[in-house]
Amino acid sequence: MIVGGIDIITLTATLMGASTPVLLAATGELVAEKSGVLNLGVEGMMIMGAVAGFAAAVATGSPVLGFLMGAIAGALLATLFAFLTQKLLSNQVATGLALTLFGLGLSALIGKGYEGVRPPPTAKIDFGPLSDIPVLGRILFSHDWIVYLSLILVAVVWYVLRSTRAGLILRAVGESHDAAHALGYRVVAVRFAALAFGGALAGLGGAYLSLVRVPQWTEGMTAGAGWIALAIVVFASWRPWRVLLGAYLFGGITALQLQLQAAGYAIPVHILSMAPYVITIVVLVILSAIHRHGVQAAPASLGKSFHASS
Amino acid sequence: MTELLKIEGLTKAYPGVVANDGVGFSVRPGEVHALLGENGAGKSTLVKMIYGLVKPDSGTMHFAGQSFAPADPRAARAAGVAMVFQHFSLFEALNVAENVALGMENPPPMRQLAKRIREISTAYGLPLDPARLVGDLSAGERQRVEIVRCLLQDPKLLIMDEPTSVLTPQEVEILFHTLRKLSAEGTAILYISHKLEEIRTLCEGATILRAGKVVASCNPREKTARELAELMVGAELKVTDRAERKLGDVVLKVSGLSLAPLSQFGPSLKDLSLELRAGEVLGIGGVAGNGQEELLATLSGERPSAPGTVSLMGEDISGLGPNGRRAKGLLAAPEERLGHAAVPAMSLTENAILTGTMRKPLTRNGFVDQGAAKTFADEIIQAFDVRTPGSHVAARALSGGNLQKYVIGREVLQNPAVLVVNQPTWGVDAAAAASIRQALLDLAAKGAAVIAISQDLDELMEISDRFSALNEGRLSASRPTQGLTIEEIGMMLGGAHGMQEAAV
Repeated sequence: MIVGGIDIITLTATLMGASTPVLLAATGELVAEKSGVLNLGVEGMMIMGAVAGFAAAVATGSPVLGFLMGAIAGALLATLFAFLTQKLLSNQVATGLALTLFGLGLSALIGKGYEGVRPPPTAKIDFGPLSDIPVLGRILFSHDWIVYLSLILVAVVWYVLRSTRAGLILRAVGESHDAAHALGYRVVAVRFAALAFGGALAGLGGAYLSLVRVPQWTEGMTAGAGWIALAIVVFASWRPWRVLLGAYLFGGITALQLQLQAAGYAIPVHILSMAPYVITIVVLVILSAIHRHGVQAAPASLGKSFHASS
Repeated sequence: MTELLKIEGLTKAYPGVVANDGVGFSVRPGEVHALLGENGAGKSTLVKMIYGLVKPDSGTMHFAGQSFAPADPRAARAAGVAMVFQHFSLFEALNVAENVALGMENPPPMRQLAKRIREISTAYGLPLDPARLVGDLSAGERQRVEIVRCLLQDPKLLIMDEPTSVLTPQEVEILFHTLRKLSAEGTAILYISHKLEEIRTLCEGATILRAGKVVASCNPREKTARELAELMVGAELKVTDRAERKLGDVVLKVSGLSLAPLSQFGPSLKDLSLELRAGEVLGIGGVAGNGQEELLATLSGERPSAPGTVSLMGEDISGLGPNGRRAKGLLAAPEERLGHAAVPAMSLTENAILTGTMRKPLTRNGFVDQGAAKTFADEIIQAFDVRTPGSHVAARALSGGNLQKYVIGREVLQNPAVLVVNQPTWGVDAAAAASIRQALLDLAAKGAAVIAISQDLDELMEISDRFSALNEGRLSASRPTQGLTIEEIGMMLGGAHGMQEAAV
């Protein structure tokens, strides 16, 4: 199915892979922000995940270990952030920005020896006859396991936040840490856990970039994906399914603009590479403006420091 | 074993202050026991220790015959202690059932919990819809959520921290019915308040705290409110002197004033009208969150209103901002001391400049005249007996009562034609409150008009000539306070907001 030089089926199939890093990072950040902490270090955690995952996969030859290492690296960086902001009560915005700068710098240092190296390939899951179904087979059953994992994670996060006691406590901490504390919940512990989970997903997203999407290590390869993840969380009004929508929109336009470039359209390359960022933000802004509750969906304690002094 | 809770020698010190010093008292099962004391007497610290939020430095507690030292509120809840907080421990963005579930150790599944909430809340005359967002509820309904949350756990001891400060008289009546029913069922209630009449009707025993120490234990029914107050304060109380005043011409006229809400869950003002004469004190009562903040904001000029709605001495000032209105003699003192009436990090002198420059010569050629400002600040400190080392001290370093005296004094000393105050004695100890009320009366005696917005009905009855009620953004027609009964005021305040009495 080819429209104007663009193969729609291939486009839809690549969309899912292209969206996965942002989707993972945004889902993780959603959980962290629901607990009331604004971690602007997503970009830094992603790129640390990218380099650590890459290095581990190259060293062991196992992409699975690479992904695991990427998640651990992201979680470690998030734990550092949690220690600074939750224990030492540093400013969350400044600490988050510093975390991004730190991650970008440290990853460049670690990654020096890995430039030009090829990582072990990550196999696509073999669905047997399912992938031979016309159209749907190509779109739905031609991906690696991380893509499916990311979708499962969205569903799990949605279910846990909506329907479980753990999710209720997490939301309560994000809504009013003083009230949660008065009821005897351990605000700081909940936030540590939420931040570590968010960091692990950001790291996983970064590892997916360096091990599957590109796949090689280049300095600064996340190229703003972490910032887009942050924006998606806000404009998705902190709702998991809208985060999925935002991430796939971003991935879709990324895939589309690459195909437009390949098809030789006379649109300046810079405008095309800019398009995913601009269009994703514009669409999500419009969405959250239509649903007027969007602005008010922010967790009420988001970005505020908590200290059990009263 | 006759005592449910027995406390001996409980001490808790914070840097620079001993909040509780060897406190001891006991509560029997089914007893309604009052904890009385001024702000800062140590009541809150004491109950926080019983509820496991604060660990005592020394002393022992026994609960139901066993040694009791809860490490956290969960442990206290497990033992059978429940608490209704003064500042609600509720989550506005969550619904009633979720809020209740958060306060329970092992909540049943949501559907069952919703059913239980309906049952319990109806049985005690506090009907609640489990699916509603707490942010959409009135203050009285929010308190019901807290109480129902406690009741679902079958507590042996229920702690209530100033539960009636946000309720209308009718709602208070219903709350008391519920509490008496609980007490008859054997639940002990520890009741914190500084409303003495309430304590005299409800409680069988009282422990009075002053500066962290127990100064008296008594049966409040055998004492007068005045005796109780003097035990709390430790000195004789002055009675405000309400001199005869002559009313002058109408100075402030508000007609057909409407205003959109200030915040998401806030009320809007709907078609307000009032007239105020020189030398008159108008009391506006109502439960917080019914438009008090909005009314102050629109009278002070923070939120200008439609043309022709507010006029001062015949001149339309609807479009003027706060400074324009100050220049013409309309001053205001908002409720929130820190952050609205005063800048916490600025010195008292700087805070005096912030509202004083329009009516006092505190600037010269556009520059601040530090000398004049300091003189003005010192004058306020002197005249209003503000306890502070000096005018260079930051506003946040003052206690609530002292800062309140300062911000009221700052406006009073600018000789306003009209002064609007919101909750002038909220959270202020009895002595300071009396002096603030006296200052407002003195100001009116000098010919100024005063609007006092307050939740404290006794206060309004004491100082105002006429009374209006603000309910859901609507202002009732005013009535002379002389001869007005509490029941009538309660009806003006909107009655009981859909409550029903407990089926006793």
